[in-house]
Amino acid sequence: MDIVVLLKQVPDTETLIQIAADKTSIKTEDVKWVINPYDEFAVEEALRIKEAQGEGKVTILTVGPERAIEAIRTALAMGADEGVLIDDPAAEGGDALGTAKVLAAALREIPYDLIVAGQRAVDDDYYQVPAAVAAFLGIAQVSMVIKEEIQDEKILCERTIEGGTMVVEAQLPALFTTQKGINEPRYASLPGIMKAKKKPLAKKTLADLGINPSEVGEAGAKCRVMSLSFPPERSPGKIIEGETPEAKAAELVRLLREEAKVI
Amino acid sequence: MAQGVLALAEQFEGRFRNVAYEVLSEGKRLADALGEPLAGVVLGSGIEAMAAELGKYGADKILAADDPALADYTTDAYTNVLFDIVKDHDPKILLLGASTRGKDLSARLSARLDTGLAMDCLALRVDGDTLIATRPMFGGKVLAEIAIQGTPQMAAIRPNVMEVVEAEKGAGVEKVPVNVGVAKTKALEKKTEAAAKVDLTEANIIVSGGRGMGSPDFSLLEKLAEVLGGTVGASRSAVDEGWRPHSDQVGQTGKVVSPNLYIACGISGAIQHLAGMGTSKYIVGINKDPEAPIFKKADYGIVEDLFKVVPALTADVKKLRE
Repeated sequence: MDIVVLLKQVPDTETLIQIAADKTSIKTEDVKWVINPYDEFAVEEALRIKEAQGEGKVTILTVGPERAIEAIRTALAMGADEGVLIDDPAAEGGDALGTAKVLAAALREIPYDLIVAGQRAVDDDYYQVPAAVAAFLGIAQVSMVIKEEIQDEKILCERTIEGGTMVVEAQLPALFTTQKGINEPRYASLPGIMKAKKKPLAKKTLADLGINPSEVGEAGAKCRVMSLSFPPERSPGKIIEGETPEAKAAELVRLLREEAKVI
Repeated sequence: MAQGVLALAEQFEGRFRNVAYEVLSEGKRLADALGEPLAGVVLGSGIEAMAAELGKYGADKILAADDPALADYTTDAYTNVLFDIVKDHDPKILLLGASTRGKDLSARLSARLDTGLAMDCLALRVDGDTLIATRPMFGGKVLAEIAIQGTPQMAAIRPNVMEVVEAEKGAGVEKVPVNVGVAKTKALEKKTEAAAKVDLTEANIIVSGGRGMGSPDFSLLEKLAEVLGGTVGASRSAVDEGWRPHSDQVGQTGKVVSPNLYIACGISGAIQHLAGMGTSKYIVGINKDPEAPIFKKADYGIVEDLFKVVPALTADVKKLRE
């Protein structure tokens, strides 16, 4: 079974985000770049499916600048077979649909039975790219999956919904997105890291994929970031004083009721 | 020419979700700003009668896609039906709720319609003919103003943020033709959590526990949440320890929440956690460590052993409720 993982490189979640001078992007200096945490689950799940099936190939597909190679190499060191990086300035600065169009075009050249992606990227938080890729390819999608099982030409997915889960059956080829809880991603081993250096990693541009640059990236964006700002600073409130834990609790309840009026 | 606002009212098992009323109310506000009508739409099976309720929130027209094939949410069927409705009614703006299903549906639909979608919006406004959304990025560390283009301009709003306003219109329900198309997915089985727990993203009150809980025993927090009518959440540390399920995790790699009241018990306040709950209306921090970062964000802080404070809180709230 051939599996493609859509992977994005994002700032580590412990990174302090700073807004750049243009007010529409973030400062990229001093950022620690990592594989999007939800995409790590996707890589792990793809590897497990391949191992269970005993055959096939796991390809990592990324849109991003040169530095994203590092994220692809990490996934290759975990055990993926090949990487494809679409690195083109014209693909940058766009919206989710633009990125999905680039990925879908690349996927028309890569054989796949299954596409796996993280449920969202923790930088843009768009929650849109995987669903849009599935829509452009005309295949089934299942979001926020915590368990899956391949059965012949189908995949059974347990997906999270509000207040519970739902089991959904999808015809292959299909795309599903991974939610925390589906697995514990493995660490890249030292031999894995050595092997990864020799694994194929192709770099492509929009021209290679036959994409008109005006339709994607910043030029083709239907959602434009006009400005970024920090959420209003919460001013530190009051520390409740009291002789005993009980007295402090009583004062808190009084404040929540009389001042905040939330209970 | 595209006109008006179309608002999808999400229902689940014959009941509107709160976000449905929020979507309608926000839709009404935008429709008034444009000087154009608001239509509400409901998808489901046996929902024609309940659809009438949407008139209470200012809908000029109510559309019901009522078909047994829509009994359970599936991406294909819901996308196909809503796609047809959008093509028929040609709204300028399409609003949905950013629930887990709403995100799945709106993302697929925006690609089918090849139109701009802003996800998980905290605020919306129209500037001339352009819909402008304020939405969080980087798990809430940054807010972005997004100009949305395309027809319709799509926005999915974060549950629990926008105000519900009643505005009786008494519009009638119009049944729309339903063609679910080719279904590549099928819903097989629903598993609901014990006691139909309110999802964190929709909870008004959240009592969360962190590493300071010291063990999987969250019964103190469960009791406080129960008397408050709230839901229990957890920090990443507590989830990584295996003390709580992943569905309870609040933060940048978990759920981003905005309840009226967030009580953080034994949570120091890592940057990714603070980002995930920073839009809560009131934050309470209970922690032994006076230097814990949570106290920089909390409206009310108690520097104390949570195992002593929480039972006292529960008893006091219980007294209030009696």
